[in-house]
Amino acid sequence: MSKKDAAVELRNITKTFGSVVANENVNLEIYKGEILALLGENGSGKTTLMNMLSGIYFPDSGEISIDGEPVVIKNPRDAFRLGIGMVHQHFKLIDVLTATENIILGLDGKLNIKEATAKIREICDKYGFEVDPNQKIYDMSVSQKQTVEIVKVLFRGAEILILDEPTAVLTPQETEKLFKVLRAMRDDGKAIVIITHKMHEVESLSDRVAVLRHGEYIGDMETKETNAQEMTNMMVGHAVTLNIERPEPVDPKPRIVVKNLTVKNEEGIVKLDDVSFTANSGEILGIAGISGCGQKELLEAIAGLQKAETGSIEYIRSDGSVESLIGKDPLEIADMGVTLSFVPEDRLGMGLVGNMDLADNMMLRSFRRGKSMFTDRKAPAKLAKSVVEELDVVTPNISTPVRRLSGGNVQKILVGREISSSPKVLLTAYAVRGLDINSSYTIYDLINRQKKKGVAVVFVGEDLDVLLQISDRILVLCGGKVSGIVDGRTADKNQVGLMMTKVGGEKNE
Amino acid sequence: MSKNNTNNEPLIHISKRDVLPWHKAWGVRALAILAALVVCAIVSVALTGDNPISIYKTIFVGAFGTARKTWVTLQSVSILLIISLALTPAYKMRFWNIGGEGQVLVGALATAACMIVIGDKVPNGVLILIMVVSSIGAGAVWGLIPAIFKAKWNTNETLATLMMNYIATQLVAYYTVVWEVPKGSGKIGIINQQTNAGWLPQLGNKYLLSIVVALIITVALYIYLKYSKHGYEVTVVGESERTAQYVGMKVNKIIIRTMLLSGALCGVAGLLLVGGINHTVTTTIANGQGFTAVMVSWLAKFNPITMIFTSFLIIFLERGAGEISTVFGLNHSFSDILTGIILFFIIGCEFFISYKVSFRKKEKEAK
Repeated sequence: MSKKDAAVELRNITKTFGSVVANENVNLEIYKGEILALLGENGSGKTTLMNMLSGIYFPDSGEISIDGEPVVIKNPRDAFRLGIGMVHQHFKLIDVLTATENIILGLDGKLNIKEATAKIREICDKYGFEVDPNQKIYDMSVSQKQTVEIVKVLFRGAEILILDEPTAVLTPQETEKLFKVLRAMRDDGKAIVIITHKMHEVESLSDRVAVLRHGEYIGDMETKETNAQEMTNMMVGHAVTLNIERPEPVDPKPRIVVKNLTVKNEEGIVKLDDVSFTANSGEILGIAGISGCGQKELLEAIAGLQKAETGSIEYIRSDGSVESLIGKDPLEIADMGVTLSFVPEDRLGMGLVGNMDLADNMMLRSFRRGKSMFTDRKAPAKLAKSVVEELDVVTPNISTPVRRLSGGNVQKILVGREISSSPKVLLTAYAVRGLDINSSYTIYDLINRQKKKGVAVVFVGEDLDVLLQISDRILVLCGGKVSGIVDGRTADKNQVGLMMTKVGGEKNE
Repeated sequence: MSKNNTNNEPLIHISKRDVLPWHKAWGVRALAILAALVVCAIVSVALTGDNPISIYKTIFVGAFGTARKTWVTLQSVSILLIISLALTPAYKMRFWNIGGEGQVLVGALATAACMIVIGDKVPNGVLILIMVVSSIGAGAVWGLIPAIFKAKWNTNETLATLMMNYIATQLVAYYTVVWEVPKGSGKIGIINQQTNAGWLPQLGNKYLLSIVVALIITVALYIYLKYSKHGYEVTVVGESERTAQYVGMKVNKIIIRTMLLSGALCGVAGLLLVGGINHTVTTTIANGQGFTAVMVSWLAKFNPITMIFTSFLIIFLERGAGEISTVFGLNHSFSDILTGIILFFIIGCEFFISYKVSFRKKEKEAK
């Protein structure tokens, strides 16, 4: 701690929610002119700790010092005054306002848009942000919105910047751009904390890593003196292997054939434009694309939840007979004997019911079984028990409401239920989003096991590294169009990244 | 950083509790009632100078003072309970049915219509059967209309059900004029007083019928909501319509079906009010219970069995309050104040069951 000045010192911070201990006696220093990566599995208390720094939560006990002075941060306003700014995972912007209006929103003093705009331009020039202060938020891409969030924090004079999983929604190119800006800010003497699950980002960006496990501070180290394996072991508490298996496809035959599919959303905007592809049995078809490029609509159209304008979706049985899925609802599809499982993006808003317990969630798909007007509670309870056992779900018991479980365990329950029906087709959307390394690998393993059983898997992902490791083929979507289909074994990350931003991937500006 | 604005720690600290064990939760509720009684006592002494103990005694006497009073109390509980149970499936589905009042009224009107129009034309048994069917049907239709609007055009059910109340009131007002006895009195009076045609049969005494019906519906609804496939669907739709669609439930069908049930049960309350208790119909026969029932249902967290207690509590307070206003010569608003205080504490204590409030010790350290 000699040569560097600590911008923030956390001493013995403890925070509990009910009986859950989110942070216990955490000690952490954040230095000026340094990028610190905060690592830890889900529920290890990273976000909680940072939320206490930005005034959203108040610690039960412990001390926070800024520049050596003990301070009390009661609310986000206090945090701002102390120069702490946080960019949250979910953006907090108002769509109908411009970038400038969003940035000065809630500030005291006289409103002077012109002056503010000038100051914003100055900040952008200094660090190399590309943002038009007069552009409305609804016209912006995800990465532009994120830029506005960062500029907002800097505009308010933040010296300490916290970013919660900032790259989850970005393409590789956008991520690189963000990193360049963060490095420029570091060189300007700002203290930067980044929370991320992606190891290669930690390695390429951060100067130092600090690891939390089960709410406790485990230790820190210089990034250049460590590696992904060591960091992961530290997070998890024991050694883990970091390779995703990719078995050869087993007897691939067309199972789902989509032709010229066009889908409009409720507002009449075209979300899928003339999409055609084939998903084979015994194969994982990865779907890559910037978020909101039609992935959700594609899966929902196959699952019978999204109306299609034109085109066809066909299911080909093992005996070669063909069923059309278009225009059918999930129940009709199931009644045709097509076992199609769907792990949607919105786990608690769509796949599961948060307030119901594990057993009741297990029967969401199967409750209609039998002629009795009453539900059979025994089979779902049995299924819940076996899922909990086989997938190592951490839960007090099977009558716990699902919303009380952590993200990884919620996903295990959902995937466990969906594969329990021995599906022929498995659709997954962002199956590992927000999951820690251990849970992620459990899910990859489950998906691979389905593939080996001959299931046609459609895997929508956001981490290109993972997509390239797990998929047999990758379909790249760009603005609702098929930008191309590449072989997962030979594809190059940059090529796929370019295809995500431009149909076909060629550069012709 | 100036020091003065950084050293004032918040005094009160609120954090979410883990689930309280049931006995502790009930302990908190008991404490709340005790506290409510103490506050009521202070208010009573301050405002009226009367002895609070004797006021409480009077409340009890008002509800249970005589055998007749006890029966009337239980009968009122049963009607409120039926209406609360009727609204419960809708609320479980997050369908804000505040049209209980109207659904009860049309049930009552349908019953009265049968008694008046065909009371002397068909045998009594047949008449009662027709009354049962038409009152349940009328309530169901009153529930169905907002449900269809919601399902087809996604209209706001709160407004629609509320408006249906006014339509029902005006319908009753219209038919009061048509059927008034004697002409010009502005009321219908006791229907079929001589023949007793269409008066529902008594079980033992004239109060017991509604009580038995209420208990049957309580048990049936409890089983329906907890164990039937329909009940499961209602819960899922209430929690998340998207999840319901995702597993292939027909959400519109479930909304319509559940509102039919909700309205039909309100119709039963109307049937009992006219055929079993009042033997007449007025615009105020539901007496605001369609709204009170909303509170009863929520207080019980939609559990039919718990609703027996919550509806009992409300009726007990109401009957007791009426008694103190006559015995002590106080105006009725005073008893409303007491009821308000007690309900405030009972509803307010739920906060302390879900949250923990701790006070920070002021640390006096030298600066």
